[in-house]
Amino acid sequence: MSFIDLIQILDSTIRLSTPLLLACLAGLFSERAGIFDIGLEGKMLMAAFFSAAVAAMTGSVWLGLLAGIASSLALSALHGLASISFRGNQLISGVAINFLAAGITVLIAQDWFQQGGRTPSLMGGGRFTPVTLPFADALAGVPILGPIYAELLSGHSVLVYFAFLAVPATWFVLFRTRFGLRLRAVGENPAAVDTAGVSVVRLRYAAVMICGVLCGVAGAYLATALQAGFVKDMTAGRGFIALAALIFAKWRPWHALYACLLFGLLQAVALRYQNIDLGGVVIPVQAMDALPYILTVIILAGFVGKAIPPKAGGEPYVKER
Amino acid sequence: MTYVTKLMGAAAALALSAGAALAEPALIFDLGGKFDKSFNEAAFNGAQRWAEETGGSFREIELQSEAQREQALRRFAEAGSNPVITMGFAMADPLSAVAPDYPDTKFVAIDVTWLEAPNIRQIGFAEHEGSYLVGMLAAMASESNTVGFIGGMDIPLIRHFGCGYAQGVKAVNPDATVIANMTGTTPSAWNDPVKGSELTKSQISQGADVVYAAAGGTGVGVLQTAADENILSIGVDSNQNYLHPGKVLTSMLKRVDVAVYDAMKAGIDVETGVFQLGLAEEGVGYALDEHNASLISDEMKAAVEDARAKIISGDIEVVSYYANDTCPAVDF
Repeated sequence: MSFIDLIQILDSTIRLSTPLLLACLAGLFSERAGIFDIGLEGKMLMAAFFSAAVAAMTGSVWLGLLAGIASSLALSALHGLASISFRGNQLISGVAINFLAAGITVLIAQDWFQQGGRTPSLMGGGRFTPVTLPFADALAGVPILGPIYAELLSGHSVLVYFAFLAVPATWFVLFRTRFGLRLRAVGENPAAVDTAGVSVVRLRYAAVMICGVLCGVAGAYLATALQAGFVKDMTAGRGFIALAALIFAKWRPWHALYACLLFGLLQAVALRYQNIDLGGVVIPVQAMDALPYILTVIILAGFVGKAIPPKAGGEPYVKER
Repeated sequence: MTYVTKLMGAAAALALSAGAALAEPALIFDLGGKFDKSFNEAAFNGAQRWAEETGGSFREIELQSEAQREQALRRFAEAGSNPVITMGFAMADPLSAVAPDYPDTKFVAIDVTWLEAPNIRQIGFAEHEGSYLVGMLAAMASESNTVGFIGGMDIPLIRHFGCGYAQGVKAVNPDATVIANMTGTTPSAWNDPVKGSELTKSQISQGADVVYAAAGGTGVGVLQTAADENILSIGVDSNQNYLHPGKVLTSMLKRVDVAVYDAMKAGIDVETGVFQLGLAEEGVGYALDEHNASLISDEMKAAVEDARAKIISGDIEVVSYYANDTCPAVDF
């Protein structure tokens, strides 16, 4: 493998990790506040559709992004309503959201565009274009560092940079602000937070809404930056891989980044080399595809330290009378 | 409750009698969906053409899950639809279970050729022959002498496409490299344009300047990325040249529309048995229209037409992947 091959694989890793990372951070906020969210997939799909649809109709990708975030927020509100206000089962609500999104996106797409559940291809301003970082062209000739800067770091869409900046931001919010402390507390011991006079319901809604915004960005990235339009079921299980990454990262922001990069790298390698020949032993591509899930199972089984979810996760909070 | 039951019974009886009287044809789309811009859409277009020409109507269903296959078959057969047309190789098992129960109903199975039943018209396409021709075009259009193939779900049928393609490439240029990738091993591989894009980028970085997508909805991502990165792509099943005019070299046509149209036109008298549609029957071919006219030179066209005639006459033999489950021209 040459140096330039390595750069290209890492470049592909960044593109493939970005939607995982955004969805993983979205799940992190929600689950840290005690609301399990397996509806990440559905929210991404919904956002992918509405961002592509609005971008196709208005020709503005930014309006598309807003529409994607708004649609994802609507599903988040639904999830919040079911699992916070009405104290329903969070897993069932999440499953329902996934089904709802899978069906309704195709239905609306067919009604609006009559193209068989897809949006028209986005042109020009309807897509996020690659951002060239300053001096990328000038530095491209520098050995080693030049390609790393010009090929690997530069030339991604603005949402990629947003996703990577969201990691330190998430860390800061969760571990260095009062809001973050309360949010984490609500996921561990909501009764204590309630006793301190802070509204559990409001905090949980806030967390679920942040989750909605991040899922919205993830969906818009899929449909308007990586692709030029929506195709049915285009998230293809990325929401579930993000959940696996979240467990793998044991609900910590920086580890979420590493987990998503690892899973993205596995995908990129699997796409680049169908069968990997390691000195006589051939690893089939299927094994690479399954590896994220296998790693998650290993983590869950407790082989590599214990993955302890937030204690109050999955439990609706009932105020004591 | 009884009122509702009665009402439903009456509705069912009405549906039954109406179906029996009209003997509408029925069309069962595979999981890719009716508007996949490809395989199923071709069937829909054929049915639509029949409906417009004859003023008839047909019933249809888009399958959502594996479990619905047998259910849909039985429902249409019960309702008196005749013939019942099914799409895709995966209908073989349900068909072999259902067809004997309805000896008076004719079934038409696209992409199935191995069943033993007196009332099934089984239609197979010689995809390797059509792919051979587009492979030749790819090799002639390529400047880097490296071309790519991106399949959807890794099944023998898709390898069959890729194998014919690789043979066509090697026929023009024995030194050319064919990079073959599959999107995945589950049905979601038919609808993952993001992965299709990444595969295309990966093939481009390995030098490919023409890619052939046989991947359903995933192919949309392949064609898009190829157009973005300024290389050529080849569509599949339906004519996809119009998706990115001037960027899609050609499309491997699989005339599912003709097969469906013919079956509907023949109606209940449709001939049963196994039919193989190849180049000679115009069941497969390559697309030439105003969108790719500038990409296909006269020499390219002459060479491909020559090969076409030779395949029909038997002078060129395109090896089928099914023959011994390996491909002489490419490894998957």
